[in-house]
Amino acid sequence: MYNERVIKEFSEPQNAGELENANAVGQVGNATCGDIMKISMIIDENDVIRDVKFKTFGCTAAIATSSVATTMVKGKTIDEALKITNKQVIEELGGLPSQKIHCSVLAEEAIKEAINDYLQNYKNKKK
Amino acid sequence: MRKVYLDYSATTPLSEEVFEKMKPYFTECFGNANSLHSFGRDGAYAVDMARRKIAELLGAEPNEIYFTSGGTEADNWAVKGAAWARKEKGNHIITSAIEHHALLNTCESLEKQGFEVTYLPVYENGIVKSEDLKKAITDKTTVISVMLANNEIGSLQPIRELAAIAKEKHILFHTDAVQAIGSVPVNVKELGVDMLSLSGHKFYGPKGIGVLYIRKGVKTDKLIVGGHQERGMRGGTTNVPAVVGLAAAMETAVRDLDKNAKHIKAMRDRFVSAIEKEVPFVIYNGDREKRLPQNANFSFEFIEGESILYKLDLAGIACSSGSACSSGSLDPSHVLLAIGLPAEKAHGSIRFTFGKDTTPDEVDYVVGKVKETVEYLRGISPLFAEFKGGIQNV
Repeated sequence: MYNERVIKEFSEPQNAGELENANAVGQVGNATCGDIMKISMIIDENDVIRDVKFKTFGCTAAIATSSVATTMVKGKTIDEALKITNKQVIEELGGLPSQKIHCSVLAEEAIKEAINDYLQNYKNKKK
Repeated sequence: MRKVYLDYSATTPLSEEVFEKMKPYFTECFGNANSLHSFGRDGAYAVDMARRKIAELLGAEPNEIYFTSGGTEADNWAVKGAAWARKEKGNHIITSAIEHHALLNTCESLEKQGFEVTYLPVYENGIVKSEDLKKAITDKTTVISVMLANNEIGSLQPIRELAAIAKEKHILFHTDAVQAIGSVPVNVKELGVDMLSLSGHKFYGPKGIGVLYIRKGVKTDKLIVGGHQERGMRGGTTNVPAVVGLAAAMETAVRDLDKNAKHIKAMRDRFVSAIEKEVPFVIYNGDREKRLPQNANFSFEFIEGESILYKLDLAGIACSSGSACSSGSLDPSHVLLAIGLPAEKAHGSIRFTFGKDTTPDEVDYVVGKVKETVEYLRGISPLFAEFKGGIQNV
């Protein structure tokens, strides 16, 4: 069902964990549906994502997309990160089974949610 | 890499001994069992012998045994055939909420044809209550179908009691015994059932072959129409090697039942007590006593079943999951929801099923890997972090 890249990202995920001094946190999904993704970021004064970590409750695809999506946004500005779509996440993984597409949507949403949190609760308050 | 198979309720390997008995019917004895010449007669003889053997093992008569393509066809035929044949009498069918999809989707398709179906509830232990059946029966009820043993949580249903209630009301009773053969004694007379389904590959026989027992005198419609095979009741060229294989495997399974069940239960119990001791926050799903000896089903809280399954697969371990993510649907296992498990806990369920060749060493290896996997996945689970945070704040 899954390609080798998906299995690799699942079994040795990058950026797993939680950032204690994060200034951007996004959580999407719910336990009843079987998927929760929580992304925490440290965004610097130039709006560059310096560090990012994820915690995910979910299937193989959810964990693999979390790993890839966090890697994709690391070092990017928030504007660049907001442009990342679930399609790009799937491409990076070399494809996902059709019933797992929603996992990649979750990753895109979690990133947006985290950046929104930064914009609303951190950046604007600072000003 | 080390490989451990703990998915014996999904399927079993064909035994070498059975394979040897099947071989000649693929090659030299290839005749169509319906042909009149000697090639055909050789096949027909083998099928006849197999039918007699199976009948004897089930406590039935040979002319009550019908070969099908497997358990799914047997379930479809049993319930559809009986419901159709009794359409004039009534349109109400009773089954349980924890049936296999072969049965549930059969009922669903009958609902589309205007039949009404009552799904009996089960309780925390996964067992149907006979009072519920009594209450569900109406004067329109024509067919009742309740499985003998559940495939996900192994719960054993009180079939004898349920069948007796049906008999009193002159309602046809069918049971899906696919998981039961070779694990618990199955005798159609003792159970008092009118129809019973079984499948070859669940007891070290071949895939693609099953049996529907239909008690003599029971009127039913055909499901598969075609030639005059199976006394005109089921069309299609008889799969002679598979029939021979099913009978041979069943003979061994019934003969060795006590010995195998004892060993399998010992392996299962070793596993269950080790998991309960070594892994915190687990729920053992199903009844502890009224249960198939091969079945263990756990919910591991705060994590999701499909990821557990794949992580164990990477360690060479085969098991199955009741998570939505492994079934391709959005809902977790209907069986786990029916026993009252909340969806998030049903998502974290894994079924381990043990076989006659499972060793204590394999069990211990799997326990270690399960522990590792659960710790790892909880380590990256936001739910577990939340839970731990909650404890610390108390």
